Amino acid sequence: MQLVNHPLNIAGREFSSRLILGTGKFSSPEAMRNALAASGTQMVTVALRRADLSGKQDPFANILEFIDPKKYLLLPNTSGAMNAEEAVRLARLAVAAGLPKWVKLEIHPDPRYLLPDPIETLKAAEILVKEGFTVLPYINADPVLAKRLQEVGTATVMPLGSPIGSNRGLQTRDQIRIIIEQATVPVIVDAGIGAPSHAAEALEMGADAVLVNTAIAIASDPNRMAIAFKSAVEAGRSAYEIGLGAQQDMASPTSPLTAFLS
Amino acid sequence: MSFVAEFNALPLESLVKRSLATPASAVRESMGKSHLSLSDFTQLISPAATELLEPLCRASQTLTRQRFGKVIRLFAPLYLSNECINNCKYCGFSRDNAILRVTLSIEEVLREARALKEQGFRNILLVAGEHPKFVSNGYMADCVRALHEEIPSISLEVGPMETEEYRPIVQAGADGLVVYQETYDRAIYADMHTAGPKRNFDWRVETPERAYAAGFRRLGIGALYGLADWRMEAIAVAAHADYLLRTCWKSQLTISLPRLRPCAGEFQPLTHLSDRELVQLVCAFRLFLPDVGLVLSTREPAKLRDGLIPLGVTMISAGSHTEPGGYTGAGKEKIHHTERGRIVELTSGASEWAPLENRATNATGQFDIADERSPEQMAELIRRRGYEPVWKDWDAALTA
Repeated sequence: MQLVNHPLNIAGREFSSRLILGTGKFSSPEAMRNALAASGTQMVTVALRRADLSGKQDPFANILEFIDPKKYLLLPNTSGAMNAEEAVRLARLAVAAGLPKWVKLEIHPDPRYLLPDPIETLKAAEILVKEGFTVLPYINADPVLAKRLQEVGTATVMPLGSPIGSNRGLQTRDQIRIIIEQATVPVIVDAGIGAPSHAAEALEMGADAVLVNTAIAIASDPNRMAIAFKSAVEAGRSAYEIGLGAQQDMASPTSPLTAFLS
Repeated sequence: MSFVAEFNALPLESLVKRSLATPASAVRESMGKSHLSLSDFTQLISPAATELLEPLCRASQTLTRQRFGKVIRLFAPLYLSNECINNCKYCGFSRDNAILRVTLSIEEVLREARALKEQGFRNILLVAGEHPKFVSNGYMADCVRALHEEIPSISLEVGPMETEEYRPIVQAGADGLVVYQETYDRAIYADMHTAGPKRNFDWRVETPERAYAAGFRRLGIGALYGLADWRMEAIAVAAHADYLLRTCWKSQLTISLPRLRPCAGEFQPLTHLSDRELVQLVCAFRLFLPDVGLVLSTREPAKLRDGLIPLGVTMISAGSHTEPGGYTGAGKEKIHHTERGRIVELTSGASEWAPLENRATNATGQFDIADERSPEQMAELIRRRGYEPVWKDWDAALTA
């Protein structure tokens, strides 16, 4: 028997895979392409600063040529932007270059921890939504910011589990739980997912999807790691849909003390 | 407050002494920490740690892969001018050296840049000697403006300027500024820099802060190893980097580790940093500063560069020329001597015009490079080592 989970719906588009992949840090574009295929993903994010946006098919910036747009929805990201103005400019440029009008909005002025700037992100989201972009904003796990972005009209919210590339898992667990509870759009846990168990945990909690990059890209065998994440995401989602039993502090006796009342 | 105050309060001598006396057990302890202090850093550059190089390299490799991935970024220096008003004992461009000088015109700079672009480079470092007459901030802004359309990432390594002088250069599209302190030892600094504005140690130390205030988003610092004790330099660089990460928090920081190379003037290094110690230093910087880019130039020989690629370095140059016009011969017909700030033309039959083997121009380079492999060969080597060579990692739209 195979697991059949509900599809994920973002802005009217259905995805059977709830695993989104990043494309940075791989040892070669071929290694990236193979890992994407192995993961079963249907949505792939690419840093615009690494791509050629001039339309001249630059052989020295050809990352897009390794991502089949028929297989994957290409989700351009604005990594590198330090403020709303730069992010908006990049997003517009991407559309002009023929990329989808979807954008993973990333504004992290601090290059060390790559933590997102909430003020600039909200500003940019407002502009881009008005211009008809499908906006998926990367945010700290801040429930109020998540609500504000949903009010602006973003297609998802993407709270971080822990800083990008840190592999530390769901350090922001309690905040993510609140974001999920209050969400009116899909919640995608975006950063810090370093192990399949982290991904499974996010899905079990009710996150709609996860985005993984470093853990797969720098694995000694990215393909097998991609498959491991695929399985974990499917398992986590199934468990969520079925409903996990509540956790208790005490054992629950098979001969209840109140049996004499029945 | 600038770094000068923190630097003046730094007990460099005692930190070096402590480093020299570090026991192996303390090295192991520092290596095992997830967040290292400056004191941990001094232990990682100790003689005891040289004996633990293998585990140090493993830790550095793991951390670099996690933070930067399996990629190596490539860049090339483009020398605009070798005119200089400073006298620095170790530098071939010193004003009193009777070298062949030239300053490229904007068109010539563009020609050189296009040759580099053809080779793959999308990240170019514009380098020039310090000479306000030939290399003004207006000239720098014009160069950047001319290149910005074609080269996504442009950095500068030129004479330090005021914040206000930097602003038009940033507006023209430059994103990075590199300035090496050369040496953090004040006495040796004074001895090395015998004439010119570069004599002002504090002004130079504060340059990255002025550049940040003007809007540069990539800052590069470093010491030139071979002038003062390398451990002292390394501790000062580490402290400087730590300060910049706290104060210039939006900047992407890189540290370069240049060792003195032979150059005009025949200056001999005063101190020695061995290959083994250089590797150790790369790893120590990585463990102390996990997110800081580490830059290695063609000053280093091929074998060492190849070995360092998977150990902590994140950015390398390739196929470099340190003479203005070195890639295409641009400006070669304008070479001259400069005496007291005035151009002295060469006579038409002068021996200086005789073509040199494997050189596109007779303009004098800053130093001899050690790794002469082409960018293509370097890219292939990076791939063979299991890394992706990344040429473009920036878009002009971000700095428009």
